[in-house]
This record gives sequence, C-alpha cells and structure tokens, in this order.
Amino acid sequence: MTAIAKSIFKQRWIWSYLGMIAVWLATVTFTGGKGGAEIITAALSFATFTVIVGIGQMFVITTGPGNVDLSIPATIALSGAVAMKLMGGDNSMLLIGIAASLACGLAVGLFNYMLIRILRIPPIIATLSSSFLVLSTAISYGRGLKVKPPQLLADFTTMQIMHVPVLAIFVVALAAFMAVVLNRTIYGRSVSAIGQNMRAAALAGINVERIRFRTYVMSAVLASICGFLLAGFSGGASLNMGEEYLLASIAVVVIGGTSVAGGQGNVAGIWGAAIFMFLLVTMLNTFGTSAGIRLIMTGLIIVAIITIAGGDKPQR
Amino acid sequence: MSLINRVVNPKFLRSALPAASFVILLTAIFYLQPRAMSYFGLNLMLQYAVPIALATIAQMFILTVNDLDLSIGPFVGLTASIGATLLADDPALGVLALVACIAAYGALGALVHWRNLPSIVVTLGMSFVWLGIAVLILPTPGGTAPAWIKALMGLKTPWVPFPIIAAAVIAVVVHIVLMRSSYGATLRGAGGNPRAIERAGWSLLKIKIVMYSAAGFFGVLAGLSLIGLTSAADAHIADRYTLYSIAGVILGGGEFVGGRVSPAGAVIGALTLTLTGSFLIFLKISPDWQIGAQGAILIIVLALRALIKRREA
Amino acid sequence: MSEKGEHIVALTGAAKAYGAVRALAGVDIAVAPGECLGLVGHNGAGKSTLMNILAGTISSDSGAMEIHGAAVAGRYSVAAANQNGIRCVFQELSLCPNLTVAENAQIVHPSLKGIGWRKRAEALIVGKLDEIFPGHGVGGDDAVGDLSIGKRQMVEIARAFTVTDRPLHLVILDEPTSSLDAVTAGQLLRHIREAVAGGLSCILISHVLGEILDYADRIVVMKDGKVVAEKPATGFNRSSLVAAMGNVVQEARIEARLKAEKKRGETPVVVSAIPQKQPDGRALVAHKGEIIGLAGLASHGQTATLLEIYRAASKRQVRTQVDGPVALVAGDRQSDGIFHIWSIARNVGIRSLRSMVRYGLIDPSAERRMADEWRDRIKIKTPDMDDNILSLSGGNQQKALFARALGSDAAIVLMDDPMRGVDVGTKLEVYDLIRAEAERGRTFLWYTTEMDELNNCDHTYVFRSGRIVADLSRDELTEEKVLQSSFEETA
Repeated sequence: MTAIAKSIFKQRWIWSYLGMIAVWLATVTFTGGKGGAEIITAALSFATFTVIVGIGQMFVITTGPGNVDLSIPATIALSGAVAMKLMGGDNSMLLIGIAASLACGLAVGLFNYMLIRILRIPPIIATLSSSFLVLSTAISYGRGLKVKPPQLLADFTTMQIMHVPVLAIFVVALAAFMAVVLNRTIYGRSVSAIGQNMRAAALAGINVERIRFRTYVMSAVLASICGFLLAGFSGGASLNMGEEYLLASIAVVVIGGTSVAGGQGNVAGIWGAAIFMFLLVTMLNTFGTSAGIRLIMTGLIIVAIITIAGGDKPQR
Repeated sequence: MSLINRVVNPKFLRSALPAASFVILLTAIFYLQPRAMSYFGLNLMLQYAVPIALATIAQMFILTVNDLDLSIGPFVGLTASIGATLLADDPALGVLALVACIAAYGALGALVHWRNLPSIVVTLGMSFVWLGIAVLILPTPGGTAPAWIKALMGLKTPWVPFPIIAAAVIAVVVHIVLMRSSYGATLRGAGGNPRAIERAGWSLLKIKIVMYSAAGFFGVLAGLSLIGLTSAADAHIADRYTLYSIAGVILGGGEFVGGRVSPAGAVIGALTLTLTGSFLIFLKISPDWQIGAQGAILIIVLALRALIKRREA
Repeated sequence: MSEKGEHIVALTGAAKAYGAVRALAGVDIAVAPGECLGLVGHNGAGKSTLMNILAGTISSDSGAMEIHGAAVAGRYSVAAANQNGIRCVFQELSLCPNLTVAENAQIVHPSLKGIGWRKRAEALIVGKLDEIFPGHGVGGDDAVGDLSIGKRQMVEIARAFTVTDRPLHLVILDEPTSSLDAVTAGQLLRHIREAVAGGLSCILISHVLGEILDYADRIVVMKDGKVVAEKPATGFNRSSLVAAMGNVVQEARIEARLKAEKKRGETPVVVSAIPQKQPDGRALVAHKGEIIGLAGLASHGQTATLLEIYRAASKRQVRTQVDGPVALVAGDRQSDGIFHIWSIARNVGIRSLRSMVRYGLIDPSAERRMADEWRDRIKIKTPDMDDNILSLSGGNQQKALFARALGSDAAIVLMDDPMRGVDVGTKLEVYDLIRAEAERGRTFLWYTTEMDELNNCDHTYVFRSGRIVADLSRDELTEEKVLQSSFEETA
C-alpha cells in the first residue's frame, strides 16, 4: 500500500491535483460550505479552454529546451475574430466558421514552423515575431467587431449535463486521447526523444523535422480551436481574449509536471493545474482581496510551485 | 582586394547587420519625410529610444547567462510607478523602494540558480507580482515625475539630440563593463560554459545574482527615464517592453544561448525598433499594423542573419 | 614510498559512492614532486572520480587528504585546489566557446585584471602554446568556438600549464591526447617530460597504454574503485599492464579469426560513397557482409562521410548511394547517443519502434522482449532494463547503443569511433559480436582511431583532409602504411 502511495507521489502531476483540492477546501471553508459545487462547475468550464491550449503547449515544450509557443494568444484572437465575422451569428455557417478557424490555426502553425525551419530562428523568437504579425492581422481584420456567435455554438459551449459542462467532457476525452498519443505512439515517443537530445534522435532514425512540424502545427490548431470555442462561450470574439493564455498555457504545463527542460511530458497534470489556477483566483476573489493583491498572489504562487517542483535541468 | 574580402566576409557582415538595418530604416524615413532629417525630427522620433534601450540592456544581461526575462515590461512599469509617486513625494523612501526592486531581481537570480528553475516560468510569474505591486502603488494612471528627471530627459544638447548621446553613453559604458573588463569576460563565460566557470573556482550563484541585479538596475533606469518623458505613470505603461527588449537584443546581433551578446548592438536594436513606429506613420500605414511591422522587421533581420550564417558554414 | 611531507598531494582511504554504486572504495595515492604518475584502469574503475576529488570538483565521502604534507582542513574546493597549485584538464572541454583564447585564460587566472589584462592574458596563453605546440596557429584573439576541436584541446592543455601569481605543482591530464593527432600528441607528451624534469608533477590518465608506459615514471592501476597495482613504469610492459587491469590478453583470439579470409566482391555492393572533398571519383565501397574500416588521423572527414552515408539512406544524394536501412552507433555517447531521461530498454528500442507497433500503438511487451534479448546477447550489466540509462557505466551505455543498432532492421551499421574510452573487456566482447553479425550478412562501416581495431576489418580506407588517400585490403594493412598515408603531404 505504501509502495503504491510512494509511486503515486513520485508522479509530479499529482501535486497539481493536491493543490487544486487544497484551494477548493480553503474557499469552501471560507464561504461556510456555500457554493462549493458551483465553483467546481465554473472551474471546469473555464479550465477547459486552458487545457486545450495547454496540451498543445505541452507537446511543444516537450520537444526540448527553447521550444515554446508564444503565438497562442494571437492565434486565439485571430481564430475567434475570423470565425465570428464569417459566421455572422448564422447557425448555417457553423461548419464554414469551424473550417475557417482551423485554417487560421493551420496557417499560423505552418508559418511558425517555416520561420523555425527555413530561417533557423529560435522557436521563442519565431513564435514571438509571428505573434506580432498574427495579432496585427487580427486587429486590422476584426476592428470594431461586435458579432454574436451563432446560437448553436453559444448553446453548445455553455451546455451542462448535471452541472458538468459538456465541453469539459469532450476535452477530458481529448486529454485522454492525447495522453495515449504521448505515451504509446511513435510520434509521442519521438517528441520525447527529440526533447532529450535532438541530434541523438536524428541519428536514431527519427525524422526530427517532421515531428517538430506536426507539433507546432498541432499547437496552433489547438489554439485556434480554443479561440473558436472561447468566442462562442463568451458571446463573441474580442481581440484581447487570448492574452491571459500566454501565462496560463505555460503555467499549466509546468505545474502539471511536464519537464521544462523537455523530453518528459504529462497530460493528466494539465487538467489539475488548469482547475487549480482557476480556483486560485476564485479563492482570492472570495477572500475579497483587491486586484493588486490578487495579481501578486497569483504570481507568487506560480513562482512558489515551480520553486518546489523545480530541481530540473532547465534551459532557460 | 583585401578590403573586398573583408566586407564580403560573413563574420563582418554579421556584425555589421544591426547597424546596417538601422541605417537602412533611417534612410528610408529620410527619403519619405526629408523634414525628419533634423535635430528636432530625430529628437522626436528617438525620444523613447532611451527607456527602450535601457530595458533592452536589462534583458541582455539576463540573456547573457542563458535566461530570459518575461517580466521586464511590468517591472519597468513598477519602477515608473514608484518614480512618479514615492520618489517624487519622499525621495528617501523612493530610493529605498527602487533599491529594494533591484535587490528583488538579484534574489530572483539566486532563486533561479539555487533551484535550477526555468527562468521563463519564474519571470512570467513575477510579471504578475510586479504588476500587482504597481497597481497597489498607483491604482489609476497619474502621479508626477520628479522635476530633475524631467529636466534630464528634456535636455537640449548642442548639435546632436539628447537621445542619441544618451544611447551612445549607455552602449559605451555597458560595453566597457561587460565586454572589456576581466570580470565581464567571466560573466559572459558563465553563459558560454557554466561548468567551466564553476570549475575555475567562480561562483555561478554570485554571477547570476550580479547579472540579475544589473538587469534590475537597468530596469529601474528604464522606468525613471520613461516617466521623465511622460511626466506621469501607469502600472501598464511598459507592458510592451518585454517584447521590445527581447527583440532589441536579437536585432542587435545577440544570440539566444551561449553568452554571445553585444551591448552596442542591443542599443542599436532598440533604436531600430523605436524608428519602426515613425516609419509606419510616414508610410501612412494604419497603427493597427505597428506591432505587425515590428514582427516583420525582426523576421527579416533574422532571415538575413540565417543567410549569412549559411555562408559562414 | 617516500617520506611524509615530500608529496605534492597524498590521499588516504578516499571513498566515494553514488547511491548504491561505489565509485571509490578506499584509495591511497600520493604524487611526489617531479614525478609523472600514470593512471590506468577500465571505465568505471574510478579514475575520473579520483581525479575530480583531487581537482576539488567532487568531495569524497571519507578519507584524508594532505597537500604539501599538511592535512587539508575543512571543505576542499576548486578554489583550494587552485590555491595549492593543482590544475586539471578534464575530458570534456572546459573552455567557454563564446570567449576568446585570451579571455579563457583569464577565467582560470583571476589575477589577470585591471588595465591591460587582455594583453597580458594573450601573451601568457600564446606563449605557452608556442612552448608546448610549436606551430599551433592559434591566436589570442580567436574565439574558441571558431577553433577546431583539436586546437581547443591544445588551448585547454596549454592553459593548464600557465602560471601567474600562484605556483603550479600538479597538472592532472585526463585523456589529453583523445582529440589530438599523432604530431601534437607527441609534442604534448614531450612537454610533460620536460615539465616533470623541471620539478612539476603530472598525473596522466590514458587509454593508450604506450603513452603511459613510455612517459610515466610510476604507474598506478585501478580496478573497481581500488588501486590494484603500483610499480615504476619500467616494471610493466604492455601485457602485464593489461593483465593488471584484469583482462587476460586476448590478442590471440583476434589473430585466429583473421585467418578466415573472404574474397572481396563476391557479394553485392551496398554502400558507395565519394567524400565531399574527393577530387577524383574515388569512392568508399562496401559489399554486403563486409567490415570496412575508416582510418586516418582524428577528424579528417571520416565522421562526415559516415553522416553523409546516414543521410543518403533516407534522402537521395548525388555522391553517395546506399542500398538498405542504416543505423549508426555513436562514439560521442552523451551528445549523439544517449536519451538520458529514459530507461535502458527505451534507449535500446528507439530505433526499432516501427516493428513494435500493433494497432497504431507501441506494444510494451514487444519492447520488453527486445530489451531482455539484447541484455543477454550483448551482456549489459544491469539488474533491470527499466533502470535509467545513466545508471550504467560508460562501457555498458555503449553496449546499449550497440544493441540499439544491432537489434534494428539495419542492414548497414555505421560506427563513429564507438570504442572511445571503452574498456578492453567490453571491446573484445563487441568485436566478437560485430564479426558474428558480419558473417550473417550485415555490413559494417567502422571509423576508428585505434590501429588495433582495424585488424577486425576486411578492408580499410585511410582518410586525410576529408579525402580517401589509400585503400588497403587486409593483407596490405600495416600500421606503418596507415600512418604513412595519414601524414603524407600532397605534392
């Protein structure tokens, strides 16, 4: 029994779930037990979006030191703006909206990879500079945009079954699928190998460039899906709706037990970390803290968690 | 003959690239708007170059030891907020607060080294902390910059506009400290081969603390120079500086890892970034595209660099 | 042994353990002034650990240390080692590639500061280079990253011999000749003798037994973390040294096998490669089932040719044709071979994942089977193939890399000087395996810097300056011929 407990605690992702439970308990204790269930429902709804982009970011980070996708917020903004404008609130345009959104993600992913591959730009700088371009495109395309999402999309993204958001169920399934991809497929194994030693991976017969290509495209496509759903969920696209996902996507990956040095990914932890992050803000709100304190606490807790989890060989 | 060889030499091209991109951009601006080619025009176009250059130098110190600071923007915002409130109202307390900020940066360097932490995550978290403190100090935009800072930043220097002189001074001072001094070589060595530096008996912990504190110091200077121009502050006043500073170092020929940096290049990179704004205005391009254009310039410069590198190989 | 106080440094009962692994199990060692001490032993014998303790980069778990006859009190550190004039040239380079040669000299000499430090540093390091490696062609202003690996090694060695404010007593050299060619290696070894004659002490660690026998005064043999033999160098010869390390000389076995001669060209050509810098159309040709040697001085285009062949297997190349799947056994394990987070099993299996896939997913039992099969076949010494790869000693890590290549579907195996720093026992085991695999129709292309290994090859190509300058059948192969072609100047 203790052996099992030990092996569970060896898993670094477990800490995100423990944190999640602790924060929830603190909040519920403070409110005297009121609203505990509602908080969980809300946390599931909001964490869903973080998880979607977090999975993409996790694969990118796992491909090794220096790999991180900073274009996620811009992609979310662009995808949301393009899809909402094209659909114009019309249910019958839903498929076209989805296609356009995915196309945005595909285009950004291709562009990112092209910068990394052809121009040999370090991924952080490549995704950073492409995010400038993507955001400018979104701004100029979506200027003065106030289009409501199609009713069908709005309903789907906010639908709940017994207080469990339907979208969350889908994304749990997505996470499970991605966990299998990471651990049991040649692609997942290759991502891990590249993340540990890119040169050795190439010499062990792995097509490094194909794997990196897929990973960056996947991250961008997941971001575009997130943008599409987020626009539906929040009643329309806004240009800054992706902003918070820069920190969030990286934070959930790290808190979720993925090694920032690359080579070791984890999907399960992303869910725990995403819910934890949401509950944290909720808790601080419940305590009635001011905006400044809330920001400071959020930051300090992220730093504290990485400090405790730390000990990895980081690149940056 | 040998001169031609030297000019076509990839190594020379590479080191000349930052200056060349600046000159090309400046020439393009002068071509579009000849009136910009004046003391007043340059002063106006480049006035924000000083805080951006200082923030870029701050980022460069962090990049030298293979880290990346994603919090320098909010940090500059915080120091600006302190400058426009505490420093103006109670100079002693203000100075104390700013020193505490630098010490906090040094402590961050110690933490990153001690726990072997990824700096992007730590600084990303810290960006919230800086922003939070700034919001507490200055909940709404306002405050007043101390008069002496305003006077300094508004200096009317003869012949050459103040921002250019200031940029040159920053470049020279940092160059001497980091590139020419013997301890500077050790500091850069910590980016090139940390283990070797450790084996030679140097303390990497101390080096990280020194580099992060230096970054904090230049962050403070960036914040103060910024309010010298704007007179008032806002917690969000410098949010974009994180991106500017990274772009500035890279445009200036700095490498991402391995301790290969150039202070002069970084300052030129910052000037180039500053000019893109004016360039777009003269081209009559919507401000929507301003950050897009900065991204594009970054990509073009990096593409050129990749091209040169390929020839080098 | 000489009297107390006459030693530069003396260790007694030094022990060090990493988890369950005992790297050092109580070692006594002392170095006298003006002595060159040769240190030999297999990989994992504890030489490197011992050296790191002397250099102050690792602290021992127990044991006492005396420097100049005085016990070391408190924590011994790199700074303390420097203070006492003890320097170390590590196997991995300890230079900063982003700094110049002169700046790298400053790193170990903090006293080089103030105005004009750069000039002084330059004079110091270039002067020492001139002294040890005349005609080195290194400038004090050159960025180390732009230098070839051999020149970097020269700078590193020269730096260890430089003296500023503190006297230098002991220089520890760990495989100093590994990246040097024969000429510079000779220059270095002669310099060591001169320095020793001048009163300096040296500890020389090398796998090249000839270097140790010819240049050391006294030889210490280590095995399993202990000193097993210690005698003046004249008391050893090659075979007694090998015997002391724990291996019975097995040269006879190789000799015997050499007699089974094959006719070249009876089997089809599987590799044909013209090196990039080859002016004529001369190609490296390998027939099915052959073992082809790539010889010559270090880094003269052998690795580049192997990588070219590796690339040609997946992407059509003009100068290189390859018929069949290819696998590569890396020589530089850390940078080209090992996946440090993974278990041994995963490290072995990575090249063969495609054959383990069922319904689109990797079958764990197939991976398990392959790991166990190869543990037995190549004798990887581990309790569990699920243990981390880094739990293995260097030689066993190398075996895992061999298992990766030999267990794959590759018909052609490229070997990039894979026996670098591997102990004799492991070598002989792997030689046997390679020969057996070649009998079964596998083709091997084997770049090696060790002359002995060429005896395993059916045919040898000698490289110089990126070109093939000689090809020798086994009958023609002699050490003399290889050396001659390696050094011969083009008219």
